[in-house]
Amino acid sequence: MNEAVLEKQSRFEWVKKHPLFVSMSVLAILILLIALFAPYITPYNPFETNVTQAYQPPSARHWFGTDKLGRDLLSRIIYGTRISVPSSLILVFLTFIIGSVLGIIAGYSGSYIDALIMRIADMMISFPGMVLAIAIAGILGASIVNAVLALTVIGWTKYARLARSLTLRIKNQDYIVAARLAGASHFAILKDHVFINTLPVLLVTATLDIGTMMLELAGLSFLGFGAQPPLPEWGLMLNEGREFMLAYPWLMVFPGLAISVVVIIFNLLGDSVRDIIDPRGNYD
Amino acid sequence: MNTKRILIRLSQILIVLLGVSFITYALIYFSPGDPVRIMFASTGTIPTEEVLQETRIRLGLDKTFFIQYGTWLGNVLRGNFGTSFSFQKPVIDVLLQRMGPTIALAVMSLIIMLLFSIPLGVLSAVYKDKWEDNVIRGVTFLGITIPNFWLGLIFLYIFALRLGLFPVVSTTVSLKSLFLPALTLAVAMTAKYTRQVRTAVLEELSQDYVIGLRARGMSERDILLKHVLPNSALPLITLLGLSLGSLLGGTAVVEVIYSFPGLGNLAVQAVTAYDYPLIQGYVLWIALIYMVLNLIVDLSVEFIDPRIRRAA
Repeated sequence: MNEAVLEKQSRFEWVKKHPLFVSMSVLAILILLIALFAPYITPYNPFETNVTQAYQPPSARHWFGTDKLGRDLLSRIIYGTRISVPSSLILVFLTFIIGSVLGIIAGYSGSYIDALIMRIADMMISFPGMVLAIAIAGILGASIVNAVLALTVIGWTKYARLARSLTLRIKNQDYIVAARLAGASHFAILKDHVFINTLPVLLVTATLDIGTMMLELAGLSFLGFGAQPPLPEWGLMLNEGREFMLAYPWLMVFPGLAISVVVIIFNLLGDSVRDIIDPRGNYD
Repeated sequence: MNTKRILIRLSQILIVLLGVSFITYALIYFSPGDPVRIMFASTGTIPTEEVLQETRIRLGLDKTFFIQYGTWLGNVLRGNFGTSFSFQKPVIDVLLQRMGPTIALAVMSLIIMLLFSIPLGVLSAVYKDKWEDNVIRGVTFLGITIPNFWLGLIFLYIFALRLGLFPVVSTTVSLKSLFLPALTLAVAMTAKYTRQVRTAVLEELSQDYVIGLRARGMSERDILLKHVLPNSALPLITLLGLSLGSLLGGTAVVEVIYSFPGLGNLAVQAVTAYDYPLIQGYVLWIALIYMVLNLIVDLSVEFIDPRIRRAA
C-alpha cells in the first residue's frame, strides 16, 4: 500500500470513530448552506405582504402557514437562519477573542494589569448577566447589532478567566523560559506558545457556547430588545405570534421548533468537539 | 470566615456596586435619548423649549456628567433612589412592590426543581451508563436546549388556553397563577441540576469511605441516604445560592409571557419606557441582592462544613 491509501484509510477510521462529530458537522454545514442560499430555496419572498393571504393554516401552498400580513412562514424561517446563525457566531467570536486576549495578557503580565482586568471581570460576573444585557440593549436602542454588543460586554469574562488560568499554568514552564533566553520577544512568546497552547480548551468552550448565545440573542429579540420588525428573526417571530396563539398556533410552533433544532445541532456539535479534543473533561 | 475576611468581602461588594452604578449611569448619560423629553412624553404634554430647559436645570441635568453622578450617588447613599418617570412614584416603592411576587416565583420554581432533580440525578448516578442513565441524560439535554420562551408559550397554549386549568394572565399572586411560570423556569433548572447532582453523587460514590461502608455490610440504600447524599449536597448549596440570586433579579422572559407582576417584567417596562431612575435603581438593587446572597451562601457553607471552616 502506498502512503496515500494509508492516509485515506486512517481518515476513514477517524470518521468511523467519531460519528456524532461527523454527523453534527454535516448538519451544521447544512444550516450554513441554507443561510447562504436562502434566496434560492425559499418558495416566497419573506418580506412580501399579501393581506388577502393572512393567517393561512399550513397547507401544500404554504407548508408552515402565513402570518398576520400574509407572509409565508417557511420562507421567513429559512431567512431567519441568515440572522440567528451569523449573529451568534459573531457574538461567540467577539467574546472569545476579547476574553482570550485580555485573559492571556492578564495571566502573562501579572501585577497591576492582571489586577485591573480581573477586577473588571469579577464585577461583570458578580451580577446576573441578562439583567445588564437588557439594560444595555435597551439603553443603546433595540437592534440586533446592539444585542450582540450587550451580550459581548457580559460574555467576555468567561473566556478571560479561563485564558488567564491556562496561561498561569503555561507561563513558567521550561520551554517558555528557554524561548525567552533564546531572545524571543514577549509578543512572539504570547503568539507562538501561550496562545497556541490555550487554544484547544478555549475553542471547546466557544463551540459549546454557540447554542447558548443563540438562545440569549433570540431571548433578547423576543423581549423586543434585539431584531426589529419586519426582520424574520425567530425570537421576534415568536413574540409576534404570541398574541394570536389560540387561533393561529402555527405562528408560535414553527419558529420555536426552528430555534430548538438549530440549538440542539450546535450543542451536540460542541459536546462532540469536547469529547475529541479533551476527553478527560478538564475544560471547565 | 473571620471578621476580617467578611469585611474584605463587604468592601468588595461596595466597589462592585460603585462600578456597576457608574457603568449604568454612563450608559444612560451617553445614550441618544433625552430624559426630559421622555419624561414629558410619558405624561402626555408637549413642552416648549423654555419649559424643557427649566426642567433640565431643576433636575440638575444641565450639569456635567461627574457632578450629576455625584449628586445621584449622594442621594442613593441617603436612601433616595429618585422618582420613576413612568410610575410617578419613588423608585424604591416600585421595586419593593414587585419583590413579593418575584420571591414567591423564585421559591416555588426552586422547590419544583429540587423535587425532580435530586431523585433523577441520584438515579442517573446509581445506574451510570445503564438505560435509566441514558434516558435521563437525553431528557436533561433537551431541557437545557429548548428555549424557555418557547416552552412558556407551549405551556400557556396547552394548559391555560386550551384546557383552561390556569389563568392566562397572572396579575394576582396565588398558587394557581404561580404554577405555570414556576414550572417553565423549573424545566431548564431541573435539567441543569440533575446533571450536577449526578456528578456530585458519582464523585462521592468513588470515595474510599463508600468501599469501607460496603465492606462493613451496610446496605446500598443506607450508604446512599445517610452518607453519599449529605456529602454531595455541599457543592450544590453554592449553586443554589447563585440560582436564587438570578431568579430574584426577575426572569424577564417568563414573566413577560405570563404577564407576571415581578421584577423581570418591571425591568422590561422600565427599559421600554426609558425610565432612567427606575433602570438605575433596579440594576443597583439586583446587584446588591445577588452579592449579599452569595456572601450568605459562602458563610453558610463554611458553617455547615467543618473542613472549609478549618481551612479558612
